[in-house]
Amino acid sequence: MDEAEDGDGGGGAFCRLRRRARLRLLRMHYESGVGHIGGNLSCLDTLLVLHHGVLGPADAFILSKGHAAGALYVALWTLGRLTDEDLRAFHGEDTRLSGHPAPGFLPEIPFATGSLGHGLPLAAGMALGKQLRREPGRIYCLTSDGEWQEGSNWEALIFAAHRRVPLTLLVDANGLQGFGTTEEVAGQGALSDQLAAFGVPVADVDGHDPEALRRACAAPPEPLGAPDGGVRVVFARTRKGHGVSFMEDRMEWHYLPLNEAQYRQAAREAGGGDA
Amino acid sequence: MRDALCAGLVALAAADPAFVFLTGDLGYKALEPLREALGERFVNAGVAEQNMVSVAAGLARTGLRPWAYSIAPFLYARPYEQIRNDVCIHDLPVVLAGNGGGYAYGVMGSTHHALEDYGALLCLPNLRAHVPAFAEDVGPLVRRLAASEHPAYLRLGRSETPANWAPPPYAPWRRLLRGGGGGAPTVAAAGPLVGGLLSALGNAPDASPRPDVWAVCELPVEAGDIPDAFLEDLDASGHLFVVEEHAAQGGLGQMLAHRLLAAGRAPARFTHRHALGYPSGRYGSQAFHRRECGLDAAGLAAELAAAATSAAGT
Repeated sequence: MDEAEDGDGGGGAFCRLRRRARLRLLRMHYESGVGHIGGNLSCLDTLLVLHHGVLGPADAFILSKGHAAGALYVALWTLGRLTDEDLRAFHGEDTRLSGHPAPGFLPEIPFATGSLGHGLPLAAGMALGKQLRREPGRIYCLTSDGEWQEGSNWEALIFAAHRRVPLTLLVDANGLQGFGTTEEVAGQGALSDQLAAFGVPVADVDGHDPEALRRACAAPPEPLGAPDGGVRVVFARTRKGHGVSFMEDRMEWHYLPLNEAQYRQAAREAGGGDA
Repeated sequence: MRDALCAGLVALAAADPAFVFLTGDLGYKALEPLREALGERFVNAGVAEQNMVSVAAGLARTGLRPWAYSIAPFLYARPYEQIRNDVCIHDLPVVLAGNGGGYAYGVMGSTHHALEDYGALLCLPNLRAHVPAFAEDVGPLVRRLAASEHPAYLRLGRSETPANWAPPPYAPWRRLLRGGGGGAPTVAAAGPLVGGLLSALGNAPDASPRPDVWAVCELPVEAGDIPDAFLEDLDASGHLFVVEEHAAQGGLGQMLAHRLLAAGRAPARFTHRHALGYPSGRYGSQAFHRRECGLDAAGLAAELAAAATSAAGT
């Protein structure tokens, strides 16, 4: 599939970046025998958009859906913050790249995450710190959609919206969770509206359209934003396993590792041919 | 102790612009002066303890020095995973200040008691627990904790400083009473009940053997923490008597016994009086619950006297 046929929107540069990142992510998960690839592919575009053009030096990012660590590591790899050697150690012995993000070796990973419902409260605290210190910048936090079954997220949203801290919440809304769809498990089909009910502006966008994501992340905090920015929500509608036909919207790819044939097919579809 | 905490923190507010105070919607008629002193750095985080602890971790990550405050059980049990994952694993300088250690909330009921707080928290990495014995300890502890680079838990209670008596200057281990030998045990006590015990011992007949009484205010008990003078007292008495308003599991008694065994200094006798939960299934004041556990001051004084008599007769 070439850039013109990609069909995902965005410029050619982003398409090249995405293909490169997808291939590296697939290879990393294949070589390490690690699952969770579906939820990594669903949010990879969001992470690439964030790390290539949205996040500035005064900003910080917390990956609350820590099971997408692979996508975060690959996004940092595309920036040169992690090396190929680092990625080869993913999920191995004596590695810095554990299956969920571990802190302490890169400022881009300020907190260990993996237990759901922690990232947004942490981001709210960092954003409050910026507000109290009158510092520029904004904290970005990516949650899953199923993660909104955790009560701590609602605690954090109440807190952050009330205090109008400079925080952008991104939701990777792929509609699938560990053992069913978010609608089947928790009736969360209206999550975007539920978030908006807290009085924060919600941009409901195609999470695989990089321009839409970029616009949503950069949008002014109208109509309810505070002078210092306030909370914004980017509700990114995505597909689990995006970019690999046999994974798309399939719950089992929350768990399964790739066998060799699957990996080769996935790599072909991701646009890189046999890897 | 809450008033002493407020006074200490008001002083800290003036001294440290990085100090931020979070409360889980508590502090009515107690923390208003601190709210005045801190302005926007006084944050009522609402009835949401999980979020409050994670927010504190986030604040600490930006270089601020947060304290998070609530009733002790709401502070350590509800947000335990946030304390573990967000604060302790990252070794962030967050102070968790819990009011009402042990049975201090009395007849308010079991949900408001903190009987396993420091034992549970001390399983976590990097955290130390501080259990002031007297209101007079709180000011020095505030300064000590404000300078710490690690997670800390401060367990507050109701001070029982004996009348007309001033505690010695704060230290993690302090001998409060020098015994007269005679077979009396060596007491190691955590928390404010030691004040009541001192009063009860002071009211005992002069002829009664007096135990050595130590207050232990910082946990865990690490190798090297135990003062030589305590070990000398223990060698002389041969009987370690630990009292604490905390469950046996993970408490001072177990920690101290572990360290003494490891050091080859195990005493011949060991008595541990600790919280037992709710043995009768009934509720009452802090004094009621202490009596049910053998932790009331008069009962402890009598037991110590009996132990001394028993030792003297052997």
